[in-house]
Amino acid sequence: MPDRGTLLRVEQLRKVYESPTGDVEAIGDLSFTMDAGELVCIVGPSGCGKTTLLKCLAGLLRPTGGVVEMHGTPVTGPSPAMAVVFQEYGRSLYPWLTVRGNVELPLRHKKLSRAQRDTLVTDALDAVGLAHAARSHPWQLSGGMQQRVAIARAVAYQPEVLIMDEPFAAVDAQTRADLEDLVRELHARRGISVLFVTHDIDESVYLGQRVLVLSHAPTRVREDVAVDLPAERDQITTRALPRFTELRTHVYGEIQRAKRGHNVAPRPAP
Amino acid sequence: MTAYPGRTVTPPRRRAVGHRTAAGMLHALGLPVLLLVLWGLVATRTTSRFFPDPVTIADAFVDTWIGPAFVEDVLPSLARLGLGVAASIVLGVAAGTVIGLTPWLRELLEPLLEFLRAVPPPVLIPVMMILLGITDTMKVVVIVSGAVWPILLNTIEGVRGIDSVLTQTARSFRVTWWERLWFLVLPAASPRIMAGVRQALSVALILMVISEMFASSAGLGYRIAYFQRNYLIAEMWSGILLLGGVGVLLAVVFGLVERRVLRWYHGIREVNRA
Repeated sequence: MPDRGTLLRVEQLRKVYESPTGDVEAIGDLSFTMDAGELVCIVGPSGCGKTTLLKCLAGLLRPTGGVVEMHGTPVTGPSPAMAVVFQEYGRSLYPWLTVRGNVELPLRHKKLSRAQRDTLVTDALDAVGLAHAARSHPWQLSGGMQQRVAIARAVAYQPEVLIMDEPFAAVDAQTRADLEDLVRELHARRGISVLFVTHDIDESVYLGQRVLVLSHAPTRVREDVAVDLPAERDQITTRALPRFTELRTHVYGEIQRAKRGHNVAPRPAP
Repeated sequence: MTAYPGRTVTPPRRRAVGHRTAAGMLHALGLPVLLLVLWGLVATRTTSRFFPDPVTIADAFVDTWIGPAFVEDVLPSLARLGLGVAASIVLGVAAGTVIGLTPWLRELLEPLLEFLRAVPPPVLIPVMMILLGITDTMKVVVIVSGAVWPILLNTIEGVRGIDSVLTQTARSFRVTWWERLWFLVLPAASPRIMAGVRQALSVALILMVISEMFASSAGLGYRIAYFQRNYLIAEMWSGILLLGGVGVLLAVVFGLVERRVLRWYHGIREVNRA
């Protein structure tokens, strides 16, 4: 893995949506850092502004206050070092392009030769197991496969960090398990840092090296839980570990308290 | 690397093409043939000279249109029609894209555009005759002045209605402006654009005829009006028949183009229906 320096630093991030009927404070005061090569999950009660946070990080929304920094440089717009996988795969893939065309599109403005571009696309499709579907259109594929295309598109872009917004919320449980393992594998093999937003507590513990638990809106980081599970994870054995159960129970409790609105000082992990 | 078993959903296979075409022809032509036979029977029994029988009209059709008239009247008319439609598409799509992508411009122009669209284009013919004279340019301008609106307004709607997630995806991957136009904006708006073109085609055909009926000395519209004024009834009917044929031909060509351009769109609808 490359250097373990700080990759992403979020400091006192604040986002207020202004509207004629009154301002809505989506993010209160949110700070955290993420090291290069980490896989960090963010969970929080529904409606806590996870998507807002993510759009601020990706440079798609301008925060009201605070800073987001990549390698010490403020993020003011979409960065070539980040790739986003959206929750709504059906609305984020271009139906008039083939699978290959979709993966290739973000590479067109990069200064690459045709051959280099082709290699990147083929390699990314291979990595998500969709080499055979390159010439299909996204709408000819199942939901899980469509989300794989979106992941391949992000991987081919060669970002330093992959930002994923509840990417598996709309797929069935078996597909979701496969996709979770795919994310862990991409992280382990390619050394891509991953910031994974989810509402699923088990998923966050299974995937993450760290889990950031958010409070309800206006959002803050309620707790930063280190997931001390073995690096080699497996859907059956890892999820059966007593430590897994402890962690998920702990995160679950925190979220329940967050929902009830106890914005108390962070408590130490058990 | 694990190979993930994948299922590719393909739209259901079509039935044998030949079989389908034959059945389609029967359906499409059955009723017209029946009506023709009825018309022939009625025409032989009536004394009205305004309704000649089909055979007389067919004779008139061959005598009138196959020969120099085709080069002198039909081709120039079709050329003006083609030019008018092409100009309408280019203008409508270009202006519609700019207006659709610029919210303040859209709000500024929308009431005006609705007004202009509501003006019946034929009333512009006298104005254009003064401004441009009785020229080919005038006729093409008249066609464009009517045909451009459905394309323009549909393009604006299509561009405005682009899914925000698609736009954000393009933004997050720093897709350039031109790429966004070519790979996102135009394809996303293409179903609406094609709907606009379909309307524009029928408007353009009407205006082609009308623009030639006013002070003109050649063209399909002129010929039909000329036959009517000179009591050449069978010839007049043959001209109307030819116009109908042109309309059908336009629809067929449009259908072929649309099937190609909107293959993805129809594919999605087919998958969603299944």
